[in-house]
Amino acid sequence: MSQIVFLGPQRTAPTLKRTIDSLGIVGPIAAITAGWEEREPEDLELSEHLGGRTTNLRLYGRIEEVFKRDPELFEAMRERHDAMRLLQELYRQRLAHAHLAARELLSAVENNESALPDLYGPEIDHAILALRNLDAHHLKRVLAVHADFEQRMRPLERPEVMRHREELERELNGAEALCIAGGHVAILLNRLRLLGLMELWGDRPVIAWSAGAMVLSERIVLFHDSPPQGAGNAEVLEVGLGCVPGVVPLPHAKKRLRLDDGARVALFARRFAPARCVALDRESRIDWNGSELKLGAGTRVLSDCGELEGSAV
Amino acid sequence: MTLVIGELQTASQLDSAEVDAFLAENEFPIVDGTKVTFVWRGHADEVNLRHWIYSLESAMPFTCVHGTDIWFLHMELPERSRVEYKLEVIQHGRRQLLKDPLNPHLALDPFGANSVVHGEGHERPDWTLEDSEARPGTIAEHSIKSKAFGEQRDYQVYLPARFHSSRRYPLLIVHDGFDFLRFAELQTALDNLIHRLEIPPLIAALTQSPNRMHEYADDENHAKFLAGELVPEMEQLYPLVGTPSARALMGASFGAVASLSTAWRNPGVFGNLLLCSGSFAFTDIGEHQRGPAFDPIVPFVNAFRADPGRPVDKVYLSCGTYESLIYENRSMVPLLQETGMSVRWSEVRDGHNWENWRDRLREGLSWIFPGPLWMVYE
Repeated sequence: MSQIVFLGPQRTAPTLKRTIDSLGIVGPIAAITAGWEEREPEDLELSEHLGGRTTNLRLYGRIEEVFKRDPELFEAMRERHDAMRLLQELYRQRLAHAHLAARELLSAVENNESALPDLYGPEIDHAILALRNLDAHHLKRVLAVHADFEQRMRPLERPEVMRHREELERELNGAEALCIAGGHVAILLNRLRLLGLMELWGDRPVIAWSAGAMVLSERIVLFHDSPPQGAGNAEVLEVGLGCVPGVVPLPHAKKRLRLDDGARVALFARRFAPARCVALDRESRIDWNGSELKLGAGTRVLSDCGELEGSAV
Repeated sequence: MTLVIGELQTASQLDSAEVDAFLAENEFPIVDGTKVTFVWRGHADEVNLRHWIYSLESAMPFTCVHGTDIWFLHMELPERSRVEYKLEVIQHGRRQLLKDPLNPHLALDPFGANSVVHGEGHERPDWTLEDSEARPGTIAEHSIKSKAFGEQRDYQVYLPARFHSSRRYPLLIVHDGFDFLRFAELQTALDNLIHRLEIPPLIAALTQSPNRMHEYADDENHAKFLAGELVPEMEQLYPLVGTPSARALMGASFGAVASLSTAWRNPGVFGNLLLCSGSFAFTDIGEHQRGPAFDPIVPFVNAFRADPGRPVDKVYLSCGTYESLIYENRSMVPLLQETGMSVRWSEVRDGHNWENWRDRLREGLSWIFPGPLWMVYE
């Protein structure tokens, strides 16, 4: 990929048009709104914002058609979904304990001036290492499920998928940029992966926001510090498409994270290091040029000392 | 405030201007830590605080500051409390119940309004206030010819923003639904919670009984109406998921009894209950003392307690600790848990009122119908 841009949420104060202009893109644009699920076709605002030059690739609708015509694939997808859901639940159970331990230790140091750094430091390091190991273990299990599915079903070689891929290839001809909107992150990821969309797209420019950015990163981290139910432990869902390395995009960070809670911020940053955890709020922007990341003005990174930093990555 | 009142009490002479200044300089009631001071100004024989806090005297007398027309009352107010009250003012033997003229905070209910005092740390949840970013749902008027009741019944339907006929929605049936809209900001809460992804887009049927004290007190016809008439009609009119796990009954006070009774009488129809301040009166021995309105409820709750079965899979139960019903509701928790149902219990420092029930909507609705919060990033 030569040029990928991650943006914050686009609904109320879109910066997409400005971003596309900044990339010098004047031609047709392919759009993916599969994360909106059955509302996928409701893309009028997006189309108008971009001056009516978008073609919606209809990935959600296409896969629904594939499932109807290829019940064997549909059944295999459901089985994989069930297996991954169970894995996620098992991971979540273990995560609750590991996360609590790390948070309590970090909070103890933050709230207690007499906490001895020499005593607490190694315990915190080890607690975070346990979390990292657990995340890594979970990803390994998820990858094994994917590998089994790919080997058994070979989705890209199935006639219905191939037919849609051929259509997509034609639709992508001439498009100068690909826009990937947010929405349901797992559905978006599955649609992109099942159709091998990014392979079809090649190295042309991509602009993705919210869940769109998440799926292009190396691993997908779900997060919310104040959910109405549960402890609000950030969790790894699975591997992303890996188009942009070294970053964990955090859409709606201001709303979803307690960014004034130093212990939480520090834990987040240290748990996913060396990847940078970047708050993707309105006006945020991250540019990836194939070799390095560049943060837009005002775009902030969660730092391991528990603060938000705006310096370049 | 205690200090200020103390100064007023010890002052040898107070003129009207000093009292005016005292009233202008303070907000009333004055909350200071876990203490609150109520103040009333006027000539009276007696002034009392009338509240609905169970275990406290229902009329708490004010003291007059000597030589003035200022009356005050100190009382304890634990953190995060919310208390509704009125002032009982007796002048020339004539008794009046007044809203506190010095306090602008009011809570509305079907009987009018009460003054409200918030303890330290109590905040109105932001999701109960209109959010310009949240897309609003719509309310549609409906009417159904009920065989169970032998008459036409009106109800309202809440449709979420971006309603889509190709999608399937969970169904929430709300007892006292019209009142929940008027006094508990139900529509705002649904709009906001859906917008925040904390609950899924859902369809709510809002019912309102013309005789709730009878129909909500374990009435067989009411259960037939909901399970046998309203649910089928809703499923005919709207794209509903149509499974027990995607159906919920909700109610407060007698409405909670009606919800439980309807689910218990129709096992396998409803999967979820949201019960606020349920009037779950029961007896372990002898007669109940709660008055005739509870006559049909007590045998029902006794029977339910003896053999609850498992009418639904998930229950959210809440009650205010200042309510007389706290004992009955707390007693329900282990009973419900023993059935194997998933039970979420919440008790708060509040009373038997609509704002308490409003403020429970987020926790309750997200418990029975969790939204796609963790998976959707728009």
